[in-house]
Amino acid sequence: MIEFPPGLLLIIGAILVPLLPQVVRNAYMLALPIVGFWGLLIIPEGVHFAFDIFGYTLSPVRIDGLSLIFGYIFHIAAAISIIFAFHIKDTVQQMSGLIYAGAAIGGAFAGDLITLFIYWEATAIASVFLIWSSRTEAAYRTGMRYLIIQVGSGVLLLAGAIIHYKETGSLDFTKMGLTGLGPVLIFIAFGIKAAFPLLHNWLQDAYPEATVTGTVFLSAFTTKLAIYALARGFPGTEMLIWIGATMTAFPIFYAVIENDLRRVLAYSLNNQLGFMVVGVGIGTELALNGTAAHAFSHILYKALLFMSMGAVLYRTGTIKGSELGGLYKSMPYTTGFCIVGAASISAFPLFSGFISKSLIIAAAAEGGHWIVWLILLFASAGVFHHSGIKIPYFAFFQHDSGKRPKEAPANMLFAMGIAAFLCIAIGVYPAPLYAILPFQVNFVPYTTTHVVTQLQLLLFSALAFTYLMKKGYYPPELKSTNLDFDWTYRRLLPKLLKGLGNIYVPADKYVRTVFLNRVERLIAGVFRHHGPEGLLARTWPTGSTVLWVAVLLALYMIFYFI
Amino acid sequence: MANQQKPDDKKYWLDDQNNVNKIIWALYIACALSVIADFFYHKHVHYAVEDWIPGMYGWYGFIGCVFLVLSAKVLRKILMRSEDYYDEADDD
Repeated sequence: MIEFPPGLLLIIGAILVPLLPQVVRNAYMLALPIVGFWGLLIIPEGVHFAFDIFGYTLSPVRIDGLSLIFGYIFHIAAAISIIFAFHIKDTVQQMSGLIYAGAAIGGAFAGDLITLFIYWEATAIASVFLIWSSRTEAAYRTGMRYLIIQVGSGVLLLAGAIIHYKETGSLDFTKMGLTGLGPVLIFIAFGIKAAFPLLHNWLQDAYPEATVTGTVFLSAFTTKLAIYALARGFPGTEMLIWIGATMTAFPIFYAVIENDLRRVLAYSLNNQLGFMVVGVGIGTELALNGTAAHAFSHILYKALLFMSMGAVLYRTGTIKGSELGGLYKSMPYTTGFCIVGAASISAFPLFSGFISKSLIIAAAAEGGHWIVWLILLFASAGVFHHSGIKIPYFAFFQHDSGKRPKEAPANMLFAMGIAAFLCIAIGVYPAPLYAILPFQVNFVPYTTTHVVTQLQLLLFSALAFTYLMKKGYYPPELKSTNLDFDWTYRRLLPKLLKGLGNIYVPADKYVRTVFLNRVERLIAGVFRHHGPEGLLARTWPTGSTVLWVAVLLALYMIFYFI
Repeated sequence: MANQQKPDDKKYWLDDQNNVNKIIWALYIACALSVIADFFYHKHVHYAVEDWIPGMYGWYGFIGCVFLVLSAKVLRKILMRSEDYYDEADDD
């Protein structure tokens, strides 16, 4: 059997896409991740394709438990996203989707920091076209911001890798502590892509601006590659527990008041990443298994939710909660799939989130991190509140908006169907997922205590929603922009620069005025002596020349005699 | 919209307020059952607080969500701007 580097097949395969006729193009694109997945099944563990260049040893492919589970799910996500985009005829989107997915897969198998850097930047550059393909002014600006931040993350990664090499003499991508500048820079690079608090806004900015199909791709890869990288490089870094806990809690407040339902999902994506980051921070086998399992199930239900909202946007032309409602009447299948995604992200028993998130929460409890544990429980209730209830409720139910869009196209329904099936299958029968986790699993998700307590948490959260709705306390969906940290670089920083300009311009003007006054005075002086009325201008130029010659002659004679 | 069908006069099950009330009642009953369930098994807990009163998780979820929504309402007062806020900013 021929082995090939995972991910590269999709990247190279993308080049052929524009050359193929539309009839076979979809089948060809779908075949790429399927063949790639099969390649993962046959490739043995270990480092492959290692080579030396300029004295550095690079190991572009490393196969082990942690990289494999991310590799599997990235291939599945790519296949689902491609099916969801079957109706697209835009080759730019088709190619960038494939290259983006391939780069993320390649990154998950990178054995050294330089290979990781190359794939890291490739995901940034390929994915921005999924945003620009919306072809609006807003998408263009958002894409530029996204690109600057993503490429900036890569630059930090490269700088960190070089410093790390200088200090340790190794480029291997393995566990690093936060010791020295190199690992710290790498940590920040990962943190940007993982949407750490205050580094997160590119996510909520970009994902809602991408195309209907582009967002489905985007939701799967960039952030989960970063989670993988954190799990590989910084497991057990205690700071991550607190960073992660903050990530689970603070985006949900924004999710409650956000009107753009795809942006609500972006905030809840951020919150889900928080759970995974906590798992990495705890760093025990149970916790890291939890991170890997949660990334796996999260990619599926998040893609499912983004697909259902994408279908709504595709059919109605809007995704604002304030303009939607009552769509279940004409989009019943999309509604059903959305509810499956909502139940999964909320971690209802028998859905995928239940069997993956509980690993992380159990690890937090076992590790004695009781404050974090309380935050995670609060965030779990909050997730159900804004993703589990708010998303389906405001899109498909609430008051009837009068919109009667057609049901989603067949390819979209098919893609949603696969994702929904997997969400339920994993929830009902988690053994196959547990079998591919990086460490041996001794965890039983379906205990009476766990099922009952989780149901209590969720049912009473639903009760709170009902109570607030009936009492009229629930904030209505309003057309609005909510200020987040991106305000600092979209508004504050430009204002500061303008403010600096306001100081600089008068100062500059003052200096110029003073200088100009001097020049004017000089000119005036010259004018006084040389102007039409001046002493030195009373004679004709020939006359003045004679005068000057006389002066020179006099000086010459004086010097001569001295 | 080309994709739009005409609003029909067809009555859907959820259009009837009585049916919505049925769902809400079902939720009340489910909540009550989940609390009652706490009396019938031995709870394996990591922290004593999990078993202070029956339905501890439920109360925590309820209070948590009310806190979440009400504080988000306050946040809205501080953070909410018009929909084209950044468009205006860009034109400055």
